[in-house]
Amino acid sequence: MLQVRNLHAAVNGRDILRGIDLSIATGEVHAIMGPNGSGKSTLARVLAGHPEYLVTGGEILFDGQDLLAMDPESRARAGVFMAFQYPVEIPGVNNAYFLKAALNAVRAHRGLEELDAVEFMELVRDRMTRLGMDESLLNRPVNEGFSGGEKKRNEIFQMAVLEPRLAVLDETDSGLDIDALKIVANGVNAMRRADRAFLLVTHYQRLLNYVVPDVVHVLAEGRIVRSGGKELAFELEEKGYGWIDTPANEASA
Amino acid sequence: MTGTVDQYIAEWERARPRWQRSGGDNLIRTREAALRQFAALGFPTTRQEEWRFTSVAPIAERTFSLARPATAAISSVDVDSLRLTTTPAVELVFVNGRHVPELSRTRTLPARSRVESLSSALESGNDLEARLTTTRWAEKQPFVALNTAFVEDGAWIQVPARTVLDRPIHLVFLASRDNADGALMLHPRVLISLGENSQASVIETYGGTAGGQYFTNTVTDIELDENAVLDHYKLQYESAAAFHVGATHVRAQRSATYRSHSISFGGALVRNDVIAVLDGEGVECTLNGLYTADAQRLVDNHTTIDHAQPHCASREIYKGILAEHARGVFNGKIIVRPDAQKTDAKQTNRALLLSEDAQINTKPQLEIFANDVKCTHGAAVGQLDDEALFYLRSRGLGDASARRMLIHAFAADVLNHLPLELVRAHIETRLQRELARVLPAAA
Repeated sequence: MLQVRNLHAAVNGRDILRGIDLSIATGEVHAIMGPNGSGKSTLARVLAGHPEYLVTGGEILFDGQDLLAMDPESRARAGVFMAFQYPVEIPGVNNAYFLKAALNAVRAHRGLEELDAVEFMELVRDRMTRLGMDESLLNRPVNEGFSGGEKKRNEIFQMAVLEPRLAVLDETDSGLDIDALKIVANGVNAMRRADRAFLLVTHYQRLLNYVVPDVVHVLAEGRIVRSGGKELAFELEEKGYGWIDTPANEASA
Repeated sequence: MTGTVDQYIAEWERARPRWQRSGGDNLIRTREAALRQFAALGFPTTRQEEWRFTSVAPIAERTFSLARPATAAISSVDVDSLRLTTTPAVELVFVNGRHVPELSRTRTLPARSRVESLSSALESGNDLEARLTTTRWAEKQPFVALNTAFVEDGAWIQVPARTVLDRPIHLVFLASRDNADGALMLHPRVLISLGENSQASVIETYGGTAGGQYFTNTVTDIELDENAVLDHYKLQYESAAAFHVGATHVRAQRSATYRSHSISFGGALVRNDVIAVLDGEGVECTLNGLYTADAQRLVDNHTTIDHAQPHCASREIYKGILAEHARGVFNGKIIVRPDAQKTDAKQTNRALLLSEDAQINTKPQLEIFANDVKCTHGAAVGQLDDEALFYLRSRGLGDASARRMLIHAFAADVLNHLPLELVRAHIETRLQRELARVLPAAA
């Protein structure tokens, strides 16, 4: 489903990704781990099409399409979803209104009819119940005044409503207490399907206790330096990132 | 500029015989005195502090004339787009400055309430000359003097004590381009008096034929007796080539409530002045405004809230959306007189610049002479938040709809303060149309 080949990217003139190769098949859950500044979030944002990140080399194919040639909205409509590490507060834009507009834009692209207000509310209530969300969040401005946990849950809620093909979760587990973490994990697990893939960007192994990945990658200094099964995550948890063969570690060795 | 003032004098002389035929020597004297005042003042220049950022040269350099009687050949379709969706108490329609009874709608009003055209009020011998000249504040305002010099029609609204009008009063001022004598000028005057404990909503809507280069110079004078409540809407939807200068003067007595909702979407050169004198204890005054402009247009909002007595509260939010090469000016003066202790004044003004070339000149002006007061002001100028824009797009919304959603959100706190749902809907529709024009929908 997703092929990333020799991806290089920079932000504000600084090279962050220095040749990423990554392949995700449908139905798989991949985790990307790595120390701060390794480029994990950059990879997530490049996948979503953040305009501040400049791709300086390589390519990304999504279902065979050139993802880098698509603007952010086209990627979303094609089925790419990124849960933000820091969801943006948007005063004055009603959460439900925004989500309905987004859902209908995505549905239109998929050749589905627009949902009317009643159908939309049915769908939304179902997803909110599953995620244990307070319905009052719907009528508040997008993320405004939400607690950290509410913001993260709102991201998962949007994912559940938009039903993407590839969901990229950018440190959605950071800053969550264990109850919120379980809710987020359950939300992800409930959506695991043969025709959907996940890329979990995380700093901690903790989330992977609840969402068991098929593949774990370790990112360091803008490159994937190690890939393995879920046991790699435990190894990282135990030993930290110091033992990884980063280019810098090699040089000092 | 003398030459241009002479043109107004000539136009005035042309109208004199008609005014003489319709009687009222006092009124002609009032007009004549105002004309002299205007001639003495001349058009303001950018050397004057109050007009520093707004050159009225485009108005001064053109020649305008009054509409000849019976040239009003405007189709009712134009009026319909400006009407409100529900029936107001009274809807007075003015075309090219004159009341058109056939297009107006009236309903039975509570006893002794008066809502009628100024022309008929003057004809039936009401002594309104005093009211036309009590505008002390007009002495330094050439456009107010000019309005008085040519005053002919407008609206006279009088709500007696303890009377509540539960439906709004709607005044529609429409300019037609088809004036045989060149560019048209209109000088409507609106007089509103609310007796003690009375309540009303008055909506003034200004519009004109698309592309019309006319000049609307309007003055509204409001007197609120004790405990009176007025919601006052000014919806300025003039043609994008028109000139609009408007002054609203309010004097509020003890415990009165005045709420002004000023919407300014039209006009090539627009200047709105709102001057509210809080002349009794416990007055509550709200001045809210929302304006948009694109191309080379200029919108200037000047407000003055004069806290003359203690324990008054004022709230003010003005928001502007400026695209392309548009310019905005906001000047918010708050005066707190020595006696006005316990004043509580809050002013906010924000501008959203949608292009590198759009500009705003903004100036809060606090003149505080009392010591036990609470006055705050804040001004902010910004662009659309790129992170918010990306967030919306990353969920599938197209760039143009995401931008429109954010601009609309910027305007929301002014829109949400509009008490009348039907007016809000009217404005929302117009705003969406403006935004669609500035940001054509992409896929």
